[in-house]
Amino acid sequence: MMDLAPYLLLAGLEGLVMASVLMLTALGLSLVFGVMRVVNVAHGEFYMLGAVGAWACAQFVPGHPALAFCVALVVAPLLVGVLAYLADWAILKRINYDPEGTIVSTIGMLYIIQQLTLMSFGPDARAVDAPFYYTIRTPWFGYSSYKLFTVVMALVLVAGLWVMLKRSKWGLVMRATQFDRETAQNFGIPVNRVYSIVFAIGAMLAAIGGVLVVPNQQAHYLMGGDPLLLSFVVVIVGGLGSIPGTIAAAILIGMSDGLLSVFFSPTAAKIFSTLLVAFVLVFKPEGLFGRSNRV
Amino acid sequence: MTLLRTKGLSRHFDGLKAVDGVDFALDPGEIRAIIGPNGAGKSTFVSLLSGRIKPSAGQVFFEDRDVTGMPAHKRVRMGIAYTFQITNIYGAMTVLENIAIAAQNRLRPHLFSRKPVSEVEIARAATKAAQEVGLGDLLYETAGTLAYGHQRLLEVAMGLALQPKLLILDEPTQGLSDSEIENFQEVVRRVAQSATVLLIEHNMDVVMALADRITVLDNGRVLAEGSPGEIVHNDAVQAAYLGAPA
Amino acid sequence: MTLHNGKLLALCVVTVIVLFGLQFVLPPYLTLALTRILILSVFAMGYNMLMGYTGLLSLGHAMFFAAGLYAAGLSTYYWGVTLPVAFVLGIVGAFAVSLVIGLLALRTQAVSFMIVTLMFAQAGYLMTLQFTNITGGDQGLTLPTDARSFGLFGMVVDMTSDTARFNLALLIFTVVLAVLFAITQGPLGRLFVAVRENEPRTQMLGFDTYAIKLTAFTVSGTISGTAGALYGLMFGYIGSSFAGFQNSIEALLYTLIGGPGTLLGPLLGTAVMTMLIDRLSGITTAYLIVIGVLLIVVNLWFPKGILGTIRDRWLGWLK
Repeated sequence: MMDLAPYLLLAGLEGLVMASVLMLTALGLSLVFGVMRVVNVAHGEFYMLGAVGAWACAQFVPGHPALAFCVALVVAPLLVGVLAYLADWAILKRINYDPEGTIVSTIGMLYIIQQLTLMSFGPDARAVDAPFYYTIRTPWFGYSSYKLFTVVMALVLVAGLWVMLKRSKWGLVMRATQFDRETAQNFGIPVNRVYSIVFAIGAMLAAIGGVLVVPNQQAHYLMGGDPLLLSFVVVIVGGLGSIPGTIAAAILIGMSDGLLSVFFSPTAAKIFSTLLVAFVLVFKPEGLFGRSNRV
Repeated sequence: MTLLRTKGLSRHFDGLKAVDGVDFALDPGEIRAIIGPNGAGKSTFVSLLSGRIKPSAGQVFFEDRDVTGMPAHKRVRMGIAYTFQITNIYGAMTVLENIAIAAQNRLRPHLFSRKPVSEVEIARAATKAAQEVGLGDLLYETAGTLAYGHQRLLEVAMGLALQPKLLILDEPTQGLSDSEIENFQEVVRRVAQSATVLLIEHNMDVVMALADRITVLDNGRVLAEGSPGEIVHNDAVQAAYLGAPA
Repeated sequence: MTLHNGKLLALCVVTVIVLFGLQFVLPPYLTLALTRILILSVFAMGYNMLMGYTGLLSLGHAMFFAAGLYAAGLSTYYWGVTLPVAFVLGIVGAFAVSLVIGLLALRTQAVSFMIVTLMFAQAGYLMTLQFTNITGGDQGLTLPTDARSFGLFGMVVDMTSDTARFNLALLIFTVVLAVLFAITQGPLGRLFVAVRENEPRTQMLGFDTYAIKLTAFTVSGTISGTAGALYGLMFGYIGSSFAGFQNSIEALLYTLIGGPGTLLGPLLGTAVMTMLIDRLSGITTAYLIVIGVLLIVVNLWFPKGILGTIRDRWLGWLK
């Protein structure tokens, strides 16, 4: 039994890293659903673009990897944000955010982004250097300090997002729009602009997740599928559109996903996840610990 | 035998008592009007009868059978037809198709009928219902493009095609012109020869012209009930409702 | 029974006759392409039953296609049943899967319904990978040669012959077309459309709309599974990719392009799209990008599809 402790500690740390990136990505999906009442199936592709963007920065920014990392952390999400803003303006606005039409359109976006990346970035997985390589020693194993830095970064960003939503004028505008689109419009809130910006912020959160994850995991044009699925799990289990529910679910799912993969094959873990989403939506659509917020 | 009866029927929305312990009885063959000020609970009350919403307490009996837990579509099968307050038709379909769906429910009640009724029979029944409300010339018009008055008549024709025992009309003359109202009254009188009619109505002229009896609701409760003459002279009603300038 | 919508029936008959005649005119490789188009359009016709006529947008029809494919393919691969029996087993398998999934998924609506069907289908796809030792996973299984022909009424039908394949596909296509004509142009189809146009009103006209939707869902899934069974047995190969997301999306796209809620739309959409994809895959490997662009463009500017637009503008009977 003594031998189990290091395993649990390692699995716990890995789960924590996983949960923090997942939290960012899922919050993006949740924010978009909460305010706009639409589901963005291309969300995982924004994550992938963040990762690929980080790789590109590593190629073009000379000097220490930390410099490229810092540039990537700003530039990649910004570019992804602009792309999402344009997609919203060019497509989603024109179908008036019809919920079913939005799903079909974002599936189209998924294919376009994926294939354009394949054509430019290529089919290979590519590694990116971590900004620093300090290893933290424990009695049993060494652990990458960068991974722990990821956790801290994610926490800071989520806290920042939380403050923005709850305290700033912008957060108020978003919540007003979420609460009642018509009334918000009557109060002079530019609802269309809010939608575009929320869609962009949602995509940027995914992109930041991609930038943070890429030193641990290589960039690949198909890497968006898993975070999309897991974000779905988190958002639906946590209650659609509920931010605290999303955070709680991200921690739960992120921690358990690592453990599940230890005991079962990754495929079995994914089967479990997909069925979980389906059954929660069928039998408990308000989420396992979210308040009632029906689709 | 009463056709329809309620016992202590109530519906609360977050503490608001929209319908509050209503005992109500309807005899076969009558035209009954339900009147009352805005927010009196009239629409909620008939929605409870038709099964569109579930009661918080109380029971509904139809032909002495407890139908309280029965879903709306089964009540329609038993003979309770409901026409919507806000026009609710199949806008993209023709008038004939709209009524045919209703007629099909009566002629071919099961999805996989052993003895399929021919389309001709369904079309014939639908045409007849259309003619009864005076839409016989508009059978192939798209329902969504009809004038509002015609859409209201289409609602009634759909109710008629079900050949119900009880036809519930929720504010049927709202938004109609005087001549359309005149025509509408004719239609209701004809319907009443074969069905019991329960009418929610704001227009007191229509109520006085049509109703055999009137039930007055106020704050979710029955304030008074009686013949039109009795209701007009009821002090409580005058105070709560008729006394207020229209 | 009296004839309803005779013009559409006539068009269907002409279509089948023209399709039959094409095999004498087309070069062999195009006949083979047409065989594939016929089977895939049966898939899309099943999809259209639910999405076009009943208004329920599923993102998981690959699961029913795959249910038919695997039920038929595995039973002949492992138990050596004859092809006609395997075909029937495929249809039964698809029926069972669509009934069960329908019972669950139809408790949800709109966006939830789309996600639930997507997730069930994804779970199905992952299961074909999880049980690779049985299904062959991504690599798939190739049916043994002696399982590629069958005798029926004293005739031997060889599934490696292009002519036999084409005519068998056309036969099944015609049967499905006839069944769908009877359903969609009759009382049952009227209820499907009624649910699509206005579900609450249909309820208040005395119909159990859950039962109507479940009927549409099961018919739809079973027909899509029929296509899967036929595809697997005819080309002698079953593999995971048929259960994948992209297969569901292709059924959606074929239906969207051809015209949702029109009887012949899926055939037209499948023909246009498979020809287009064939051309493009010669030019670029990233032909999926075209699927992406079309999904967006059709949804933006052409939501009625080809036949749907013709119906609304000129020919009202084309439904």
